Amino acid sequence: MASDPVLPFSSRSAVVCRDVAKVWAPGTPRAHEALRAINIDVAPGEFVVLLGPSGCGKSTLLYLIAGLEDTTSGELWSFGDRIEQPSPQRSLIFQEASLFPWLTVGQNVAFGLSIAGMPTQQRNEVARQALQRVGLTEAIDKRPDELSGGMRQRVAVARALAMQPKVLLMDEPFAALDVQTRAKMQDFLLEVWRASGASVLFVTHHIDEAVALADRVVVFTSRPGRIKTIVPIDLPRPRDPFSPQAEALRRHLTAQLQDEVDRAFAEQEVLAAS
Amino acid sequence: MVAVTRAAPAHPSRTGGPMLPWSRWIASITAVAPTVLWGAASIGLFAGLWEVLWALGWADAKLLPPPHIFIGNIADQAKFFNTVNRWQIGAGQGGGTSPPLAVLYTILATTGRVFSGLVIASLLAVSIGVAIRYFRVFGRLTLPTITLLAPVSPIAWLPVAIFLFGIGNGPAIFMVVIALLFHMVLATINQIDNVNRNLINVARTMGASKRQTYVRVIIPAILPQLFVVLRFNLFAAWMVVLVAEATGVGYGLGQVIMLARNTFNPSLVFFTIALIGVLGFLFDLAMRLAQRKLLYWVPQGSAVLRGL
Ligand SMILES: Nc1ncnc2c1ncn2[C@@H]1O[C@H](COP(=O)(O)OP(=O)(O)OP(=O)(O)O)[C@@H](O)[C@H]1O
Ligand SMILES: [Mg+2]
Repeated sequence: MASDPVLPFSSRSAVVCRDVAKVWAPGTPRAHEALRAINIDVAPGEFVVLLGPSGCGKSTLLYLIAGLEDTTSGELWSFGDRIEQPSPQRSLIFQEASLFPWLTVGQNVAFGLSIAGMPTQQRNEVARQALQRVGLTEAIDKRPDELSGGMRQRVAVARALAMQPKVLLMDEPFAALDVQTRAKMQDFLLEVWRASGASVLFVTHHIDEAVALADRVVVFTSRPGRIKTIVPIDLPRPRDPFSPQAEALRRHLTAQLQDEVDRAFAEQEVLAAS
Repeated sequence: MVAVTRAAPAHPSRTGGPMLPWSRWIASITAVAPTVLWGAASIGLFAGLWEVLWALGWADAKLLPPPHIFIGNIADQAKFFNTVNRWQIGAGQGGGTSPPLAVLYTILATTGRVFSGLVIASLLAVSIGVAIRYFRVFGRLTLPTITLLAPVSPIAWLPVAIFLFGIGNGPAIFMVVIALLFHMVLATINQIDNVNRNLINVARTMGASKRQTYVRVIIPAILPQLFVVLRFNLFAAWMVVLVAEATGVGYGLGQVIMLARNTFNPSLVFFTIALIGVLGFLFDLAMRLAQRKLLYWVPQGSAVLRGL
């Protein structure tokens, strides 16, 4: 692979964004530039958190990487392949668990496997193992509406894990949960992440969450979303949220983000006035 | 890792342990008792008012016979149901059926038409609606016509029904299908367009093909709302079936009403109206039960409003 001269980056990167831009509804009066000149390399097994003001295009970027939407310009690669369409290698997890209400928990987790044509017995076994990893084996025959929000989100994680993805894309997955549940879910996610070896791209609005989870934090500008700065966090895990380093990082990230949030608000006021 | 599955089941009946049969019966009887009592009270109030008006002499028994008259004389009413000349279901019996059986056959004939119409209309509508979204060109070709036809009153199709199917079950079922079809196709399309994007995206990221996405996500996702649409259209189905039957289809409740009109028999009219009301109610009840069985994942209605 190293002999391939065409690739300007390591083909082993889990995700590579090269000058990625996205304009929604281009060429119409409603055209809207969401992302501009995004360049990121995500290493295999790396935990990257995306942080930015509301509407800056974080979800859009995850959709592009998932292959659900096309880039307007620029290139996206994953393990040496162009990203052109969705792939089971890259699982997307949303803010709401988005479980299929007509399937049991077990069937939800096995959904992707059944799409792939895996025999029933085998996929039930895989589903059971995936549920075991999120601590929900007993819920296998329940329906999603019988679970709490946190449990549902864990089922969604199990559903993603069952596909053995190499990249987990998570769009504010814990935003709807209360503070205590969220802290638990973060620990749980770190555990799952370590065991699976997958790379994670994790969108959040919470600076605490970013500092608790990330190897690197990517801070976005207000729209059109560009990368403002990338902050590496090499604190050892498990992390102490009250350590001076964590405190300093939070302060730094807060300052970086505050500028952009202020700008975003000012822009919106101008827009509203015109 | 600790399994946190101790949350109380949201639907005890679904997951509940073994229950003795009789205690389950008692439980379900006490559950429906208030509904039945309120229903009886409502009808009793209405019927009582009517009886009082009659007793006071304000309601003329010839024009507005009160319930005890038009229901009290069932045997008398029943003989009008024996439309033996045009009888087709009970054909071959020469002399015709006894009045009570005739009532039963008439009811079954009409209900059967409504039911067949609903089934055919639902299957057709879902197939067409899905095809319109699935095959773009097909959609472009058919959707304008369907949108154009949807607001046309089904009554306008009555002559077509008779041209195409003559008399018998055909035209009545055709009318029910026509009354529901276009609305349900549009409802299907509307529901498809409103399926939660995330569910579709989950399926796509898991590698589902277009066909798999439709079969395994979109169709199950639209069924609950379509069932509601179907239930709301029930009255339209009953309406057109009566009209179809009244205008020369042959026999059925619509025909009886027509007969009552032509022979100036208010008792028979009210008797038939009461019959249709009860049938419609039972039909809706049956559909609600079917919904609970078929669409097991849909939470049971009005529970949310109960606290208000
Ligand atoms: N499907 C779409 N069609 C058109 N415009 C869209 C679409 N999705 C998002 N946008 C626009 O792109 C911009 C970025 O949206 P996006 O959802 O990516 O932001 P975000 O950073 O995830 O915001 P939030 O933090 O509030 O979730 C927004 O201005 C939004 O209006
Ligand atoms: Mg978002």
